[in-house]
Amino acid sequence: MASRSSSSTAAGGSDSPQKPTKTKRTRRKRRKARAVGDMSRQMGESHRRFLQTMMVSGVIDEQAAKALYQYCCETHHTQYAPDKLEDFIDTINSRLQPMFMQIRKGMSENNGLQYYALVNMAETDITRMSSDYADNELELFRKTLDLIVCSENGKASSTDILNSTDSMTTRKMKKSETEHLLSRLVHDKWLSEKRGEYTLSTRCIIEMEPYIRTMYQDHIKVCHICRNIAFQCQICENPTCGIKIHNPCVARYFKGKSEPRCPSCDDFWPHEIPEVKRPHSQSRR
Amino acid sequence: EDDDATFTQPSTSQVQRGLEKLTPAQVDQKTAEVVQYFLVKDQKKMPVRRADLVKHVVKDYRNIYPEILKRAARTFDQVFGLKLVEIDPKNKMYILVNNLETPDKASPVSPSNPKMGLLLAILSVIFMKGGVVRESEYLIWNTLRKLRVDPGEKHEEFGDVRKMVTDEFVRQRYLEYVRIPHTEPIEHEFRWGQRADAEVSKAKILEFMGELHEQDPKTWTQQYRQAHSLPNSSQASTSSSSQR
Repeated sequence: MASRSSSSTAAGGSDSPQKPTKTKRTRRKRRKARAVGDMSRQMGESHRRFLQTMMVSGVIDEQAAKALYQYCCETHHTQYAPDKLEDFIDTINSRLQPMFMQIRKGMSENNGLQYYALVNMAETDITRMSSDYADNELELFRKTLDLIVCSENGKASSTDILNSTDSMTTRKMKKSETEHLLSRLVHDKWLSEKRGEYTLSTRCIIEMEPYIRTMYQDHIKVCHICRNIAFQCQICENPTCGIKIHNPCVARYFKGKSEPRCPSCDDFWPHEIPEVKRPHSQSRR
Repeated sequence: EDDDATFTQPSTSQVQRGLEKLTPAQVDQKTAEVVQYFLVKDQKKMPVRRADLVKHVVKDYRNIYPEILKRAARTFDQVFGLKLVEIDPKNKMYILVNNLETPDKASPVSPSNPKMGLLLAILSVIFMKGGVVRESEYLIWNTLRKLRVDPGEKHEEFGDVRKMVTDEFVRQRYLEYVRIPHTEPIEHEFRWGQRADAEVSKAKILEFMGELHEQDPKTWTQQYRQAHSLPNSSQASTSSSSQR
């Protein structure tokens, strides 16, 4: 559509009665152009609502993110395109960048689903947690992180965590304090707990991956399929191979294959192939 | 407060001169730090004191403090949909208030905050009673008891309920719990706090009351006038489901 509307002569002429029409037409055209092209770049109420929800929730799964995106657009009468969630988030991220904040995406090692988390990019250390935890609590979290990262199964038992308090350099923690701290860490979505074993939550992995990669360079495992950092994974038993694959990545890669073979060394893959998990049919809560 | 006494607001010309000596990147960086500081404090709903802000964050940039604060306020508004509100002109304290309008439909992702439900019940009672309720009337505590939250017992979810109401909600500026002078033994009264004034819509409370009692909100003439006569629009609105 030609943008000649900015010229002073409208279809009928340029006398005063035409003026309101021209302005209205120009405004309408401008609005439409903004709606189609510019919407993705302009930060609007829908973006702010999405961001506010992320700030309260911390981390949400992909399905919830899509539902939230739609809701935010509809609430603020913003044009909604279902496949433009990434662009929508990019707009928010471009405005968050000066504050060293980002909405980042990552995979859950448990169900293989994608999650979005609002993360702090400024801290190169776990001091991002420092407003909520005391020095000795942070020390214990670091020790738990050590145990998890250096373990083969990406887990740390509560027993091992309790034992690690013996070597603390800050104020020592009693058993009850440690247990209380662990439940807080789970509540605040830094750790997950199952049957007395602790793993890193999806939010923790998304937020701390750069920190962990730096601190634990030699110890970290990387998934052969998706190339992301891996804690809970299966390992090829060929001693000259030893590649690691996330459980959900195993499920997807070997789906439908009658005889699973290592993608790197072609040895028989001896581990149990999990099922591909489907997303929930309802959004959480 | 000592620090604040020594902090004199720089003049416009001083700010101008200060800005000339800095690069845009430096000013942006400092603004970002102020924004981050506020957001961390706001997570706990704690007000920010100017003295702390200047001492811990602004530091050497105190000569351009008004400009930094102005830019931070703009960021809160444009990026986060939050409004920077000064709740105490004397002591220079700020809070962040939700500036987005209350949606008609509830969000598909609304993390539940049960404390908000209790708070709204308390605020409703205070509002309907004309803005102040004496603790000795037991109205507040009875309202909670009706919601199966006993202030005398340790609650599974809320812990020390009395502390939550008289301390936490007060520090967050949702409630005021003030001593009534010349009372022996000491008595207190409850009022709305500044954050409640800024964030909670009295009109919405009245609407809800109307539905609850199957009455037209207008039948409560005093409250209706209160709810619809606010001159300034420092009041954004929120309901229990869309709290931050």
